[in-house]
Amino acid sequence: MLRDPARSHPPALAGGRVHEAEGPARRGFALVQAARHRGQVIWVLPAHVAQLPMLRGLPEGLGERLHLLRPAGEADLLWAVEECLRSPGVGLVIAEPEKPLSLLAGRRLQLAAEAGATTGLMLVREGQGSNAAETRWHCAPLPSEEGDSTPQHWELKKNKKGTTGFWTVHRNGATAAFNLVSASRERDGAAETPR
Amino acid sequence: MALADARAICPALITRPADLVREAAALGGLRRWLERYSPMVARDGADGLVADITGVPHLFGGEAELRADLHARLERVGLSVGTAIAETRGAAQALARHGGGIVPEGAVARGIGHLPVSALRIGEDSAQGLSRMGLKRIADLTGLPRAPLARRFGPALVLRLDQALGLQPEPISPEADLPYFGVRMTLPEPIGLEEDVMAGLSRLLGRLCATLARHRRGARRLRLELHRVDGETARVEIGLARPMRDPDRIAALFTRGVAEVEAAFGIEMMRLVAHVTEAMDPEQLGGHAALREQDALADLFSTLGNRLGFERVLRLVPRDSKIPERSFQLLPAVYSRPQAPPPQRGPERPITIFPPEPVAARGGRPGHPPSAFRWRNMSFRTLRATGPERIAPEWWQDDPAWRTGLRDYWRVETREGPRLWLFHTPQAPAWPAGHWFAQGEFL
Repeated sequence: MLRDPARSHPPALAGGRVHEAEGPARRGFALVQAARHRGQVIWVLPAHVAQLPMLRGLPEGLGERLHLLRPAGEADLLWAVEECLRSPGVGLVIAEPEKPLSLLAGRRLQLAAEAGATTGLMLVREGQGSNAAETRWHCAPLPSEEGDSTPQHWELKKNKKGTTGFWTVHRNGATAAFNLVSASRERDGAAETPR
Repeated sequence: MALADARAICPALITRPADLVREAAALGGLRRWLERYSPMVARDGADGLVADITGVPHLFGGEAELRADLHARLERVGLSVGTAIAETRGAAQALARHGGGIVPEGAVARGIGHLPVSALRIGEDSAQGLSRMGLKRIADLTGLPRAPLARRFGPALVLRLDQALGLQPEPISPEADLPYFGVRMTLPEPIGLEEDVMAGLSRLLGRLCATLARHRRGARRLRLELHRVDGETARVEIGLARPMRDPDRIAALFTRGVAEVEAAFGIEMMRLVAHVTEAMDPEQLGGHAALREQDALADLFSTLGNRLGFERVLRLVPRDSKIPERSFQLLPAVYSRPQAPPPQRGPERPITIFPPEPVAARGGRPGHPPSAFRWRNMSFRTLRATGPERIAPEWWQDDPAWRTGLRDYWRVETREGPRLWLFHTPQAPAWPAGHWFAQGEFL
């Protein structure tokens, strides 16, 4: 089946599953997804990581529902993520694990997300994801040709329930809202079999 | 005696200002202790306590034995007191402040007759007036006709006299104790299994939560004490993200702590205390989806806080400052309320911020961003730079990071993609002109 991704928006993160994002713009990707997601957002960040979200730069309406957890170790981090995923009061859980996710940990997180109907997004370093992830995205910023534009390259590298693809999106800088506009010049390559 | 006179007599006199608040608190503590002699204990002025011991003395062997017991116990802790036992409150009060003793039943008038009239809780004026007329002792008053006395000195004197003699009733109204949120359970046989402890805990929680509901309060911190057969005590303490009195949800938070307790030869007594409580009004059960979501979030924060520590469960709260790192703060989520940041006016802000990291800069005009730089071991070439935005340090805050003076912030777009927030400090002449720092990343 042929699909023209040029006119389609990137698919939203499926609810009740855990997804992964890697690449230099993964935090931006997470914040855009958080802005699109409704409900409470929890960001689990190891205590020693000094790179924090800046409240005044966040998308509108996200700052008051964003919570930050700063666990001291990797075991605490995974436990906290699992607890948050299991809770029905949370909409999206974003976590930055330090070590590669094992298949066991990834599977546990998937089960927790299913139990709580919560979406999870793991921000991993390249190649450190788990095979249990529902989708894996590679996100990189692109230089913009004209000013006041923030193009990003989002590549869907792995998708358990659909095809892969890539999109170039940019935020409409004129308004505070996020307009995900795919650039018309991009075209889908040959359909790859999902891993 | 005036202080100056006292100093003149004894130059080495040490004086301390009276701390009335602590004195009142100490008296309150003594009042509670005195309940071992009677359930009806009240304060009597700022320096006295009065107890209704009707029907009590035979438990101690008699009035004299009771009084001796009281004196012995207070002397052991270093308190010297004056006490009296009498048929009426007025008589006991008068006697306790003038030597103390016991007035036998039916002999009040004789027992306090020798005391001065000022012992009757009458004003200074009345006492002086009476003594000027030659009425120095209470015995002088008892025989006089009441009507002329009342006309001359007012009804208060007659009332006090009648109260002391028992002709007018004067009940003792004990103070209501502050509610105490603690329950305990003594077990006939020592227990050691985790399920047994949890079952006992759920019984204790049922009672505690009923008490909390009666006083319209919710627990914020709870402590479970498990007294073991060998005399040791194990304690499990939990915190709650908000006031709560739902036994099942509180019991779930104890599970982890109880599992870690070493039971040894068994636990024979359990005590549960809600030592921090907050007002909590009754609320409707069920409710709409937003309320259920709040409940679920509060439960989650309780669970997270009890393992990670409540200072690690945070929320971003805006602050009124132009300094980027001080424009928001991280506060514990359970002790703060969500707050929307004010709309950002002026130049855009990055989505993430980190402590300033030096970048190795090359090229570029002075005062403008470098044409190429290295940051975090990556090379970047500048495509476009927007700025500068000049931010001045807050002189009333001594922040070591801002000792270098003004900062000119630039939004630098690179040919490699990342959009960074760079700044340099034009007021720091000691540093090389091309010294640049990165502090944030834009979307």
